Amino acid sequence: MSPVVRYAALFLVAGLVLIPLVATVLGGFKTLGDLRVNPFGFPAQWEWRNYWDILGGSRYWQLMGNSAVIAVLTVILTVMVSAMAAFVFVHIQFFGSAFLVNYLLLGLMFPAATAILPLFIQIRDLGLLDNYWGVVLPQVAFGLASSILLFRNYFKQLPAELFEAALIDGCGYFRFFWHIVLPLSRPILATVAVIVFVHSWNSYLLPLVVFNRETLYTWPLGIMAYQGEFSTDWNLVLAFITLTILPAVIMFFAAQKHIVAGLTSGSVKG
Amino acid sequence: MVLFFLPPAILLFTLFVALPMGAAGWYSFFNWNGYGVPTNFVGFRNFVDLFQNPAFHTALGNNLLIIVGSLAVQLPLALAMAVLLADRVIGTTTFRLIFFLPYILAEIAAGLIWRFVYDGDYGLLAKIWESFGATAPYVLSEPELAMYAILIVVIWKYFGFHMILYIAGLQQIDRSLYEAARIDGASRWQIFSRITVPLLGSTIRLSVFFAILGSIQLFDLIMPLTKGGPSDSTQTMVTFLYNYGVTRMEIGFGSAVGVVLFLICVVFAFGYKRVLMRHD
Repeated sequence: MSPVVRYAALFLVAGLVLIPLVATVLGGFKTLGDLRVNPFGFPAQWEWRNYWDILGGSRYWQLMGNSAVIAVLTVILTVMVSAMAAFVFVHIQFFGSAFLVNYLLLGLMFPAATAILPLFIQIRDLGLLDNYWGVVLPQVAFGLASSILLFRNYFKQLPAELFEAALIDGCGYFRFFWHIVLPLSRPILATVAVIVFVHSWNSYLLPLVVFNRETLYTWPLGIMAYQGEFSTDWNLVLAFITLTILPAVIMFFAAQKHIVAGLTSGSVKG
Repeated sequence: MVLFFLPPAILLFTLFVALPMGAAGWYSFFNWNGYGVPTNFVGFRNFVDLFQNPAFHTALGNNLLIIVGSLAVQLPLALAMAVLLADRVIGTTTFRLIFFLPYILAEIAAGLIWRFVYDGDYGLLAKIWESFGATAPYVLSEPELAMYAILIVVIWKYFGFHMILYIAGLQQIDRSLYEAARIDGASRWQIFSRITVPLLGSTIRLSVFFAILGSIQLFDLIMPLTKGGPSDSTQTMVTFLYNYGVTRMEIGFGSAVGVVLFLICVVFAFGYKRVLMRHD
C-alpha cells in the first residue's frame, strides 16, 4: 500500500476520533452565542471564566474527591483480597479448593446489572445506602473473579524452587507471601490496579442506585446532574466535561504503556 | 493460612454476587415493591409480562442491531487500522494512542460529548448540516435515527480496544510467511485473506466475543444520550431493566429482566466458548 493511502486513511480516522474531543475542550472556552455559530473553530474570545468558575467552586472538587476515595479503596481492597485468595489457590492443597475456585470464577459469567435490584436490597439491608462502602464492597466483589484469575496465572509462573527454598529456610507462608511473592509481582499488581481503578472511576449504575445524597455523588453522577441543570448552557457543560475527563486523560498519557497493556491483558483471560 | 487468606474473598463474593444473583431468581416469581418480605407470589407472570412488553421487544432488537453493527463495521474498521499500524512506521505510536483514547473515557463522559455533537442547536452535526443549507434534525429525538446515532458512538468508543487486540495478534505472525507469499507472487488481498486473517483467528474470535458480550450489556453510554427514549425507541435490555425495574422499584419484574439477561449472557458465553473457542 502506498504511504499516501495509508496516511490518508489514518488521518481521516484520527480526525473523526479527535474532532468531538477537541470541540468539547474548545467549546468550554466559548460564550454560548459563539458556540452556536462556531462549534468547530477556535473561540472568538477565550472565556477562561467558564473553567475558573467550576474550579473555584466546591462542587467539582467534591465529585472528584468522592470518586477518588471510592476508587482508591476499591483498588486496595481488591488487590489485597484477590492476591491472598490466589496465593492460597496456587500454593496450598486443601479439600474443596477446586470447588471454591470455580465458585469464585462464576463471577466472570455475568455483569453486575443482572442482579442490580437484589444487590440494592442487600446493600439497603446491610445499612450501606448513602455510604462509600455500599459502592466499594460490591465493586470489590464483582472485580474478584478476573483479578484472582490474573494473580493466579502470574503466581503459577513464579519458580517453584523459590517456595521450597523459602520453606526450608524457615520462612512461613505469610512472610513468603509478603516479602517474596508480592515484591516479585509488581507488574501484575500494576495491571490489576489499573483495571480496577478505571472500572471504579468510570462506574455509573452502582453509585446511581446506592447514593441519594448529592454530597456523596461520584463524578459520573455529578456530571449527569450538572447537565440536567444547565442543559441549555452547553458551553458550561462542555467545560465541566473537559475538567472531569482531564485527570483520566492525563493519567493515560503519563502511564500509557501500563494502561493499554493493563486494560487489554485483563481481557485476554483463559 | 487458608482460614485467614481465603474468607475475605469468599465472604464478599457470597454477600454481593452469589446471594443477590440467587435472590434475583427468587424475587422474579413475586410482585414486590421491596418493603417487608415478598409474599405476593405470581408464578411466571413477570416473565410472561416481560415477553409481551413491546418496549422489551424493541430492546432485544436494539441489542441485536448493536451486535450486527459492531461485527459489520466496528471490527473491520479495527482490523483495518491494526493492519495499517502493525508495522513500525512514522507516527504509529501516536495514532495508536489516539485511537485508544475514547476507550479510556467513561461512558457517561463519552455519551455527553456525543450528545453535544448531535445537538440540533449547538452541535457539530447541525453545523455541518447547515453548511449544506439544510435544517438540522435533532438526531437523538428521532425514533428512527436515534439508535443508529448511538451505534456510531459505540463504534467510536470501542474500535480502538479491538484494534489493540488485533495489533497484538498481528505481531505474533511470523513475517517470513509474508516474504514467502510475496515471492510466490501472492497479491496483497490474497496475503491478507489467506494468511493474516486465518492466523489471526483466535484473536478475532476473542474480539467478537467481547464485542457481543459488551453489546448485550450496553447501558452507561445510552443514559447520557437518550435514556432509552424517545418513546422507548433506544431501550436496550439493561436500560429497560433500569427504566422499568429500578426507577419504579418493581423488584419482582426487574429481577425477572435480570434473570433473562443472565441466561442470555451465560448461554452465549458457554455456547461461544464451547463451539468457536474450543481450540483457543
